[in-house]
Amino acid sequence: MSDILPLIVAKYNFWLYIILMMIGLYAMIAKNNLMKKLVGMNIFQTAIILFYVSIGYKHGATLPIIQGGHGGHSAHDAVIHAADYINPLPHVLMLTAIVVSVATFGVAMALCVRIYQRYQTLEEDELRMRVSEIPHE
Amino acid sequence: MNCACVYRKYPMNDMPAILVLAPLLGAFFAGLAAWIQKQLSYYIALAALAVSCFAAVSVLGDVITAGAVQYRMAGWAPPMGIALRIDLLNAMVLVLICAIAFVNLVASVKSVAQEIPDRAPSFYVMYLLFVVGLLGVTATGDLFNLYVLIEITSLSSYTLIALGDRDRGHLAALNYIFIGVVGASFYLLGVGYLYITTGSLNMADVAGILKGIQGSSAVLTAFILCILGVWIKMAFFPLHVWLPNAYAFAPVGFARVVAPLMTKVMVYVMIRLMVTVFGLEYIFETLHLADAVVWLAVIAILAGAFMALSQTDLKKMLAYIIVCEIGYMVGGAWLGNDPGMTGAILHILNDGLMTFALFLAVGNIIYMRKQVAFSHLSGLFAAMPWTMAGFVLAGLSIIGVPPLCGFFSKWYLVLGAFEAGAYHFAAALIISSLVCAVLFFKVFEICFFPPAAHAPGPHAPGSPLSAHAIHAAGHGSSEAESVAKANSGAGANFGAGDHPPAGKMAEAPVSMLAPLGLVSAAIIAAGVYAGTIVNTIILPFLQ
Repeated sequence: MSDILPLIVAKYNFWLYIILMMIGLYAMIAKNNLMKKLVGMNIFQTAIILFYVSIGYKHGATLPIIQGGHGGHSAHDAVIHAADYINPLPHVLMLTAIVVSVATFGVAMALCVRIYQRYQTLEEDELRMRVSEIPHE
Repeated sequence: MNCACVYRKYPMNDMPAILVLAPLLGAFFAGLAAWIQKQLSYYIALAALAVSCFAAVSVLGDVITAGAVQYRMAGWAPPMGIALRIDLLNAMVLVLICAIAFVNLVASVKSVAQEIPDRAPSFYVMYLLFVVGLLGVTATGDLFNLYVLIEITSLSSYTLIALGDRDRGHLAALNYIFIGVVGASFYLLGVGYLYITTGSLNMADVAGILKGIQGSSAVLTAFILCILGVWIKMAFFPLHVWLPNAYAFAPVGFARVVAPLMTKVMVYVMIRLMVTVFGLEYIFETLHLADAVVWLAVIAILAGAFMALSQTDLKKMLAYIIVCEIGYMVGGAWLGNDPGMTGAILHILNDGLMTFALFLAVGNIIYMRKQVAFSHLSGLFAAMPWTMAGFVLAGLSIIGVPPLCGFFSKWYLVLGAFEAGAYHFAAALIISSLVCAVLFFKVFEICFFPPAAHAPGPHAPGSPLSAHAIHAAGHGSSEAESVAKANSGAGANFGAGDHPPAGKMAEAPVSMLAPLGLVSAAIIAAGVYAGTIVNTIILPFLQ
């Protein structure tokens, strides 16, 4: 038991993202309203984005812009330590992932609008009832 | 297994890039052209896919003669830059994707005009983007790029499914989004863990680094998350719930391309992750998951087959058959021996062709009769003999009748099952073949008889029919085959016009029949040349 606590503290970013993910998943499964489900989905995706952003971070590091590197001649002399700079790659990847999640959210909202126009409700149980009333042609 | 092949650093030409970019540019211009004239977007889509087909075939020829190709996007070298990497396996899948997408576009133009006349240009734009996604997923050599392209494929399929059935299409698409996002997110998370442990995203590079750290629990987490994500996307049995509705309510023109391709491409991704990224030694020697996964596949096969049995709509029935076939491929890949993997890879090709042929026939029937509930199918052999001939051929191939391609992949899968001692998998294959026989002969029988004059019409695919079909199937495949021949022969006779009045024959237009004929020929050819395909493409890949 005493081993677990330091583990949680040392990797708190992992625990946080898992908690966020589970909140999102819970909303997607348990909520009855389609918009709430969508918000849950967004939390789920954001949790993963936070996970990626957190793994690029290093203690005591700064932005990955080489200091005093104007024109290249002084950067030539300076020794560059990778440990001084945070890893920008996961952050760049997440730009793409954010675009993907925004696009997904947009498509899903458009579908919600259509569903609302057709059935005048976004509550899932009511939807299920109205769909079952549609005659099979 | 990984890298006996020689990499040519610079391919002779830009074909790999053209292959993926042609439909992307096509989508852009098809969208623009719709402002000028709606019909233009169709021709642009056709031209773009024709270019892709040409590029795919030329890349396949290139890869067969000279080994795997690596194409560096914008000239950046792989561990840093993003590369397309095409070897024998994905060259074959690329040709399959391009060919099916192109042929379906020709076959579907009339369906699209009938079903969604006001949205035809948007349909073609999204269709092209869907194909871009599939081609990119197949061609890429980069793990994160794979995620983005999977999402491009998925997003375009969400929108296309929503174009379908006006009452249920949107709900089916929304359900698919919820589950699809979870799948893609799991995969993305798995890639994150891989990146933490290896610091790279290039598949070959990651594979090289993973060799040294196989015991790591982070690698295990990454593997489980990636595979789980891909399983959700391919509708592996307990995770299949989105598929039947999504495919049944999609517009026909899209259902015909998503059903054969989407799940098969995801199976390809799984095999790629297993063979190229994590390595088969890691999966089968370090981890001990294979037995459990083969059991899961057995359950998937049986569940898919029996759920198909309870359907009363042809589209839904075929959707559950896809769930069953996914079980074949996952099980084959996880048997852990060469025949099993060969069977799984060959089945990607064969199942793509068979499912495509079945959905082409379904599309033709829908075009003429508006729907395919079993109660609306009576008298089809008389009315649409050519469509039904193609349907029977594809159905027999799914059942696994010898000269057709479905038999050969099943043969390899059964061989693999025996070699691995997985007799339950072999048994599941055989039971599901029998169930498929029952399913298809039930449909053939309903289609064979003309609608009874005194019957109440739309409410009677009665149990006597299916009981009879079970009886027919129980006699074994040789007799079943002869029955089917008699059936299709009889259908052709009706078509010739000696029995029913000429007005009764209502066959789909030639532009829909010719593709079906072409694919039927491909099913026979893939069966006849199965040995050649295995020897020139699959075995060299597995070496």
